[in-house]
This record gives sequence, C-alpha cells and structure tokens, in this order.
Amino acid sequence: MTTPAQLAASFSAMSARRLLVFGGIALIATGLLFGDLFAVFVLHQNAGEQGAALVAAAQAVARQDVAAVNSAFQHLGSLLEGRGTKVDTHVHMLDAGYLALLLALVQPYVALGASTKKKLAAWFITGGVALPVGIFLIHYVGLAYSPFPVIGWASVLADLGGLVLIIVLVIEAVGVVRYLRAGRAALEPELPHDSTWTRRTLLSGGTLLVLVGFVGGAHYAAKDLYRHERMEPEILGAMLQDAANNGAAELNTHINNFGGLAGEKAVKLAAHAHFVEFGLLAMLLSFLQPYVMLSERWQRRWVVVLLAGSVILPVFVFLELQFGLIAGGIADFGGLLVLIALIGMLVGVLRYSGSLDSAGGAA
Amino acid sequence: MNPSRRILIFGGLALAAMGMTYGLHYALFVEHQTLDGMGSSLAQAFTNAAARKMPEAQRAVTDFAATKYDYVRQVDVHSHWIGLAMLMVLLGVAFDQVAWSERFRRLLAWGMLLGSALFPLGVMVQTIDHGFWPRGLAILGSGLVMASLALIAFGFARKT
Repeated sequence: MTTPAQLAASFSAMSARRLLVFGGIALIATGLLFGDLFAVFVLHQNAGEQGAALVAAAQAVARQDVAAVNSAFQHLGSLLEGRGTKVDTHVHMLDAGYLALLLALVQPYVALGASTKKKLAAWFITGGVALPVGIFLIHYVGLAYSPFPVIGWASVLADLGGLVLIIVLVIEAVGVVRYLRAGRAALEPELPHDSTWTRRTLLSGGTLLVLVGFVGGAHYAAKDLYRHERMEPEILGAMLQDAANNGAAELNTHINNFGGLAGEKAVKLAAHAHFVEFGLLAMLLSFLQPYVMLSERWQRRWVVVLLAGSVILPVFVFLELQFGLIAGGIADFGGLLVLIALIGMLVGVLRYSGSLDSAGGAA
Repeated sequence: MNPSRRILIFGGLALAAMGMTYGLHYALFVEHQTLDGMGSSLAQAFTNAAARKMPEAQRAVTDFAATKYDYVRQVDVHSHWIGLAMLMVLLGVAFDQVAWSERFRRLLAWGMLLGSALFPLGVMVQTIDHGFWPRGLAILGSGLVMASLALIAFGFARKT
C-alpha cells in the first residue's frame, strides 16, 4: 500500500509529470469537446453538401458540360478538405493528450535531468496544441500570404508542431535508453501500484472496450469491407451510365445508394475507432486514480460515468444507420458524459496538487 | 522488470518504431501520389462520361477503386502497428496487476506481440497478393490479439 508521503513524492510541484498530466487531460478534454461540437454542427451538414456536389457533377455529365463537372469536383474537394481537417484536429488533439499521459507514466525511467524533463514536457504540450490548431486552420488560411507554392502558413504551423513532438519523443527515448544501459532503479518515485476498485475497473473496463472495438473492426473487415469495395465502383459506374444515357433519370437512386454506402462505412469505422480510443483513455486514467482527491463514492461515480459514456457513444454511433439523428443525439450525449467524467477527475487531481502545494508552502 | 513486462514494453516500442518508419516512408514517397491518383481518377471518370467516352470513364472508375483498395490497407497497416504498439506499452506498465501466474502472463505477452506484428503484416501483403493467405495471416494475428486481450481483461478484473 502506498503511503501519502510516497504518493506526494511521485507528484511533486512543477515537475514534468504534473505538467504532462494536466496538459494531457486538458488536450483530451478539448479534443472531446471539439469532436462533440463537430458531430453536432458540421458532420451531417457537410455530408449533405457532399451529396449535393455529387448530384451537380452527375447532372453536369448528363448535360455534357465538362467545365461544370470540374467546378463540382473543386467544390467537392473543398468540402472533403473542410471535413478531413476537422476530423484530423479532433484525432490529433486526443492522440497528443494520450501520448502526454503515457509520457507522464514513463518519467521514472527517463534518465535526464529534472530541468530538462520539465522543458521537454512544456515543449511537448506546446507541440500538442500547435499541431491540431495548425491542422484546423489549413482549410481557412489556405495559401494566404504564403511564400510557398502549395504549403500555407497553417500547414507550416501544423508541421512545426508535429516536428516538436517528434524531437521531444526522440529525446525521451534517448533518456530511456540511458536508463536501461545504466541498469539502475527508477530515477524518481514510480506511480503507485495499489489495486483499488477504481483502478481495477478502469483497467479491465478499458481493456474490454479495446477488445470490443477490435472485434467490431474484425467483423467489419470480414463481413463488410470487401462488399463495400465492390459496391462503390458499381454505384459510380451505374451513376455515370445513367447520366450519360438517360439524362440522370435515376440520379436520386444512385446518390442515395452512394450516400447509404458512405454512411454505413463511416458509422462502422467510427464505432470501432471510438471503442478503442475510449478503452485506451480508461486505461491511462486508471494510473491517475491515486491523485484524484475525491471521496471514494465520487471517484467511483466518475469511473462509472466515464465507462458508461464510452459504451453509449460508439453503440449509438453504430445505431445511427437504423435510428438516424435520435441515435446521433444519444451518441453525442455519451461523448458529453466522457467529457464530464474527465473534468470531474481533473478537478480531483487539481485538489490533490493544491493540497500538496499549500502543505509545502505552510511547511 | 519481469519478462512479461519487458516483452510488452520493448516489443511495443520496437513495433511503434517499425510502424512510424513505415508510415514516414509511405507519407513521404507514396501517399501524396496515391491521393492525387484517386482524386484524378474519379474526376477523370466524370469528365470522360461528360464527353461520352464511356469505356474510358469505366476504366477510370476501376482505377479509382484499385488505388483506393491499396490506400485503405496501407493507412491501416501504419495506424494499426502504432496503435497496437501503444496498447502494448500501456499494458506493460500495468501488467503486474494482471492476476495470472508470471508464466501465463509471459504467454499472453507473446500472444500480444505476435498478433500485433502479424495482423498488420497480413493487411500489408494484401496489397501485393489478393489471395487467401494474406487474409489468413491477418485473421490469425487479430485472433491472437483478441484472445490475449480477453484473458488480460479478465486478469485485470480479478483481485491480486
């Protein structure tokens, strides 16, 4: 059983681990909020506009208007870029947060000075913010004021953020290699290994979520992937034949088939990805439980809320095909539950660090 | 650090390095050309159809599908290698809390490592060989990962 003094020593003020824990949770919370806002305000509207652009392209084929086809594809490209950069912003912010928490776990095995570790932590969080912010701005900034022919300033910001992350990770890896070559004990207190209910539940629940996501992915690969890959060119070919020969008389049928196929692919892959992502999050948060300074009852509540949201979101994303926007709304609610639980745990960690700092100040 | 944790942590780090190297190579030398190819094939299909060159339009649709088949798998290989590597490192940090004997934990760790390496490898080979064996390799790898994960989850839930 870890004593309070051992626990306090593993989370000292202004340490790299503390910075990585707070920065990591903040990145994950912001990434989740962004994902929820994107799902509510952008995703479905963007899908509708993509469908409209494809209709315009097929109608242009029927009119034999090559210029209008090119214009429709330019618009489609812009819509895909807008959607793609927002999905990437969400994913990269979450992944940078996960990596920050993972780095917080391995700090005892990084043989570098405390000041270097702290600077690396600060740079990692800076890069973790710059990368997704840069990605988000790519669609809006474009090539404005850029001296480069194809790379805009937002891309430069994103690439610099990514480069900072890579450099920090390489230096941390060098620190781990130095630790291994020296063959010594951990350089700073390890994270407590107490087998509490909250930790066991998050570890086993997280592993189960990853497993369910993996089974879902395997099921998709076995049952749907090849069928979808066969259907897509068939639908496109039929759409073009109809546009060329029948003046796009069956256009609505083809567009509905194409949209239905894209929707089915998107929800199944999103359900798979979210199960795995939330599983990893639960496992990472299990290590932070000793620092969550809340009553046992509230600690358990946040664990249950987090796991419930982690199941609700992917399950109802999957059900969007059958139940449409109602399922989408419930899925967004699931995401909100995860976000609330995460903030609840963050408050507990802040209380703990505050109590440590005030005790240190008083001493 | 006991052997099962070592297998997971160092195996995971090696797998992550392999996945990142593969991803970097793909991003630098292949991805942009592939994306350009996909976009231009689709646009070509529509412009050919508008010009009533239907055989060319159908050929462009087929090219689009073939390029997308490769693209989806290449991206999956890179992301699954790195994702599974991260999961292995994470499991390695907490593996002492899996309530099984060290001998059985070592077996599970090998199962995770072997499965995590083979599953994306099978997906990668699918871009070269469209037959059964690459799919079989991917199925074997993913089966190993799923079986190991189920037993690890059960081990975490048990009280040590």
